[in-house]
Amino acid sequence: MQLLTPQGELRPSPEAEAYLPLIEALGDDALEQFYRDMTVSRRIDVTGANLQRQGQLALWVPSLGQEAAQVGSARAARPQDHIFPSYREHIAGMIRGLDPVRIFALLRGATLGGWNPDEVGNFHLYTLVLASQTLHSTGYAMGIRFDGACGTGDPETDAAVLVYYGDGATSQGDASEALVFASSYQTPQVFFVQNNQWAISVPVSRQSRSPLGLRGGGFGMPSLRIDGNDVLVSYAASRVALEEARAGEGPTFIEALTYRMGAHTTADDPTKYRTDDEVGYWAERDPISRYRTWLESRGASAEFFASADEEAADVASDVRKRALELTAPTREKIFEHVYSEAHPLMVEQAAWLDAYENGFEGGAA
Amino acid sequence: MSTDTEEQLRAGAIEPDAANVGEAGPDAAGPAGVAAAADAPDAPAVKGVQTLSMAKAITAGLREALRGDDRVLLMGEDIGPLGGVFRVTEGLQAEFGEHRVLDSPLAESGIVGTAIGLAMRGYRPVLEIQFDGFIFPAFDQITTQLSRMTLRHEGRISMPIVIRVPYGGHIGSIEHHQESPEAYFAHTPGLRVVSPSSPHDAYWMIQEAIASNDPVIFFEPKSRYWPKGPVDLDHSGVPLHSSRVIRSGTDVTVVGHGAMISTLLQAADIAAGEGTSLEVVDLRSLSPIDYGPLLESVHRTGRLVVAQEAYGSVSVGSEIAATVAERAFYALEAPVLRVSSFDTPFPPAALETEYLPSPDRVLEAVDRALAY
Repeated sequence: MQLLTPQGELRPSPEAEAYLPLIEALGDDALEQFYRDMTVSRRIDVTGANLQRQGQLALWVPSLGQEAAQVGSARAARPQDHIFPSYREHIAGMIRGLDPVRIFALLRGATLGGWNPDEVGNFHLYTLVLASQTLHSTGYAMGIRFDGACGTGDPETDAAVLVYYGDGATSQGDASEALVFASSYQTPQVFFVQNNQWAISVPVSRQSRSPLGLRGGGFGMPSLRIDGNDVLVSYAASRVALEEARAGEGPTFIEALTYRMGAHTTADDPTKYRTDDEVGYWAERDPISRYRTWLESRGASAEFFASADEEAADVASDVRKRALELTAPTREKIFEHVYSEAHPLMVEQAAWLDAYENGFEGGAA
Repeated sequence: MSTDTEEQLRAGAIEPDAANVGEAGPDAAGPAGVAAAADAPDAPAVKGVQTLSMAKAITAGLREALRGDDRVLLMGEDIGPLGGVFRVTEGLQAEFGEHRVLDSPLAESGIVGTAIGLAMRGYRPVLEIQFDGFIFPAFDQITTQLSRMTLRHEGRISMPIVIRVPYGGHIGSIEHHQESPEAYFAHTPGLRVVSPSSPHDAYWMIQEAIASNDPVIFFEPKSRYWPKGPVDLDHSGVPLHSSRVIRSGTDVTVVGHGAMISTLLQAADIAAGEGTSLEVVDLRSLSPIDYGPLLESVHRTGRLVVAQEAYGSVSVGSEIAATVAERAFYALEAPVLRVSSFDTPFPPAALETEYLPSPDRVLEAVDRALAY
């Protein structure tokens, strides 16, 4: 399903026509916000990759090329919804209020989690073991249903869960078990798979012989395939699926076809496994340039684009500055919060480490 | 309650009929006793002592937890109308409804993974893994997610999840149905691991585990599900993570947990007939381990034999042997000796009596310890 062609024309595919009124109902501000979000996302990616190259981050996980899939879906969520990310959805977190420096802290080795979901729009922590979060999100959505917090008809309180994962993660057992539980308990939930074509170096054809967009059907839920580089269809399809979830109509599976323009992480070298032609094909389908063309055709001004670029540069430079100022945690953090309740080994070992460090001449810090 | 009954209660060694010698008497233990207490609202409700199998003691503990907190829910395979393959949840779905006692899809990782999400939502899930050997599909969710979720959230959330696991041999069953995988979990930071040895402990420990804000792996010694024993419904005894001496002795300390306690008590009876006095320590908690009573005992006897159904290498028994050697070196008259199964997969059940530690195998180690 597609609303916006790669050339930037609003020309819905037949199945997507029903989404048009949702787009027509969006004001200029909302439409421009999509562009601002995508521009910030791309700028942050450059900053993250540079910091890693400069030895300031252990790793950077780029989302270059996937901005439309992430921005459209995240902007479709309501404040009371919960979002369970994988580890690449930086802009989705920022849309929910996450300070990007928290992501940098995670990748700089300063934290294991780094933020409080309650304070950042119910944007949960990154999960590095693939597809683990699909089950957590399903359990959370089961809880919403058991609590009667969906399906009441009140749009201000009915809640849903949006979970992100990738084409590689669909092969994990947990991803299938999550679909089983979601279907069995009819959870208020949207499974949003960003198919960026590559699981590090392995193409999606090795993960699935049939289109992933069919995956949900076998589990008994509506299953869609959308153009993930089209921010409008990403927004509209997610919005409809989330509304159905909040209304108590159960889960939806969405495959968003996109492309990882960059490496998997900064530790990866995609020139070893994919061709320039392929990258070129997807570059012509870039989510930001097609959206810019469309906004221009609607009359967006040069000043708007300049201000969006400036805003993105400011955000990136600010986060870069603050990332460099991040300090290492103190050694008590090794032991704090391993358990919620008192635990003798934590007390003993923290005391031992203190005594050991302080036993050196002049004492340790 | 008489001192004798108290001692037997602690030991979990009391015979069903003998339970009635307690001051509560047989009537107080039944529904009539409960009703009588309800008729006298000014008096503290004394529930008395009931004679229960461990399976039914856990059922009773789960019922108390479900009544006491509406965020407690049970989830597992076949735990609804069937009541679980060991009938531990029998009647609970009928009593509390399908939203409190959930028959889950047949997927262990899914059970634990969704329970994590439910706990994030404020629930206190109590999960049943059908058999010891079937916990491994959930191993990833338990070790990489459940055990670290509180740390990852810097203490802002807790994971009050209990995973009940029937474990151990002596039931003559097929592969994957008789195993003792507790060391994997005791080795994992962020988890708590306990195992009751008697109906009384099972009744209280399951409730304490559910009340804990940390994840607890609750190993139920399935060969001890059916023997009955007294359960004091009014007094728990020691806290969840305490070990305790359940039979006093002077010559050699023997320590174990779960079903091994029954073996150790039999060994102590035999040894007593031969003039050797064994002190039996019930570990109860495998993570954290409460070394206090154990070290005090070793200081008295100078000898320690650690017994377990699990494989011996890199086991809970190994950890105890190392720690006691470090902390009670000068009190020891002999090396700490381990009695375990062998470092092989659990054999065909026809060989289980030769595979699992018996009272005689324990006594063989006791003799070796005394020979130093």
